[in-house]
Amino acid sequence: MTLKANAEQATKHSVTKHTTIKSSSTESLSAESVIMGKVSIEHISLESSTLKSTTLESHTQSSPQLSYRHAFMLVLKRDLTIAMRHKDDIINPLLFFVIVVTLFPLGIGPEAQTLSRIAPGIIWVAALLATLLSLDRLFKSDHLDGSLEQMLLSPHPIFILVLAKIFAHWLITGLPLILIAPLLAVLLHLDERSYTALLLTLLLGTPVLSLLGAVGVALTVGIKKGGVLLSLLVLPLYIPVLIFATSAIDTAALGLPYSGQLAIIAALFFGSLTLAPFAVGAALKVSTN
Amino acid sequence: MWKWLHPYANPEVSYHLTNKLLPWFSGLAAVFLTIGLVWALLFAPADYQQGDSFRIFYVHVPAASLSMGIYFAMAIAAFSSLVWQLKLADASAAAIAPVGAAFTAIALITGAAWGKPMWGTWWIWDARLTSELILLFLYLGVIALHNAFEDKNLAGKAAGILTLVGVINIPIIKYSVDWWNTLHQGSTVSKLGKPSMSLDMLWPFIFSFIGFSFLVGVIICLRFRNEILARNSIRPWVRELVKNKAC
Amino acid sequence: MQFNSFSDFINMGGYGFYVWLSFGVSALILSLLLISSKRGHQQIINQIAKRKQREDKLREAKALRKKHNEKNEEAKKANAALNEVTE
Repeated sequence: MTLKANAEQATKHSVTKHTTIKSSSTESLSAESVIMGKVSIEHISLESSTLKSTTLESHTQSSPQLSYRHAFMLVLKRDLTIAMRHKDDIINPLLFFVIVVTLFPLGIGPEAQTLSRIAPGIIWVAALLATLLSLDRLFKSDHLDGSLEQMLLSPHPIFILVLAKIFAHWLITGLPLILIAPLLAVLLHLDERSYTALLLTLLLGTPVLSLLGAVGVALTVGIKKGGVLLSLLVLPLYIPVLIFATSAIDTAALGLPYSGQLAIIAALFFGSLTLAPFAVGAALKVSTN
Repeated sequence: MWKWLHPYANPEVSYHLTNKLLPWFSGLAAVFLTIGLVWALLFAPADYQQGDSFRIFYVHVPAASLSMGIYFAMAIAAFSSLVWQLKLADASAAAIAPVGAAFTAIALITGAAWGKPMWGTWWIWDARLTSELILLFLYLGVIALHNAFEDKNLAGKAAGILTLVGVINIPIIKYSVDWWNTLHQGSTVSKLGKPSMSLDMLWPFIFSFIGFSFLVGVIICLRFRNEILARNSIRPWVRELVKNKAC
Repeated sequence: MQFNSFSDFINMGGYGFYVWLSFGVSALILSLLLISSKRGHQQIINQIAKRKQREDKLREAKALRKKHNEKNEEAKKANAALNEVTE
């Protein structure tokens, strides 16, 4: 039943698919995605011509482990290649992060004591905003050139593909934030004892930001002016991460153990890791409708 | 077991059901609210610590607890719309959202007005007030998402997903804010705990709570009715109805 | 009755402003919501009625045009027949 619907959908969309493949050879899609697209097209033509479930099942059952990982790696590689071609997409949120953080001492005053008191909060709020700024490119360009739709139609589970995209996004935006954060901590006179805590919370917390943000982007990707709406949807969901992360850093500054807060952030991370891709998949299906 | 519910998936049946329910709900809301609020304002004793400012309690607490409850109602509607593809559930979620936002706003404003004489400031980062504020943001996000889509069906689905994400997050947010608040405590003067309320304070509270609940029912019925009509404007039964009622 | 006089009631033991502020704002918000929801019903009905009117008009115009065209055709046929006869 679902297979039949799938096949029908596939034949419906095959026209758009061919066009996207043509356009892909020009610029926006990398070679890997073209291969993937071809694979999925062959697959779909098989399906629609025979309408038998056996072909699909035999394909997935023969080596499910490999094919899932393969799909994950393909999407990841593709996104990273695209990001490498548009380096300003990586650098701009990072610059924003640095500039926002440097604005605070100018606004509040250069006293080291005040700054070290508010440093965890500033760094984390700036990290939230920088992530928010970079979220838009997670699905937008793919939605515009049609490759997102193609991805949703591919035989691989959406969960894997979405997870790969989010992971790529984190590698592009979250990781640089973590690398540059100690420098900003120096600027803000963060207590020496809380550097590890800062890095650990960022390491566990920024993936949560990417995962939750992906839900918001997936919901707003079809809307023309989704930027402001995105922040309205996503920022309230970031509050728990912010609270526990800054508290962990504060506790570390007092020389107390902060493993409790870290454990909660880790729980948030694993919770969103398992649930968010489902929500993203459902939201993408609505948005690309 | 659920078979009796099936006819209500039909928009026409539901529309007539809301029409039938409306007078009952309005009557009950009027009766309970009048009794409850008159009792609260005139006959309930003043609190021995807070004096007459305690009378804000009879609006603030029902509004606050209803604002949470309405979000859960919306989440149930969103869930059934996503799982069973009920279009009417979308319509009801769309009808519920503004009501919840209004009650959250009331809870916040009355909380501030109560806080001024009690704490000496309009706003305090009290755990309950803070989570109420975040709840308001969640409501506004859902409403904004509803308005952002041209297509009402798509809007309903998108807002439904957001509502469900929100409902998973609400307990986490509430817990984290509570925890954050106990950590940063120090300035809060009086925790407005309620150790065994006396009966002559409890009764007016119960009456006004039931009254507000029926009022929520009235407004949701009104809005639900509008949503049904707007989404089914091409149907013959709507056309028939319009012929009789248009002016 | 907890209050001795009406002014006592308004004063609320010194907390009058806050009590009446919160009751007033609540009443205002709820009545605005109630009225707008109630008014929305008639608005939607009128909208649908207007749309229906427009559609009816379009349909009528279409039917009229069709009739007109048919008449024209008939006249043409008649003309042609007449021409044939005269020729």
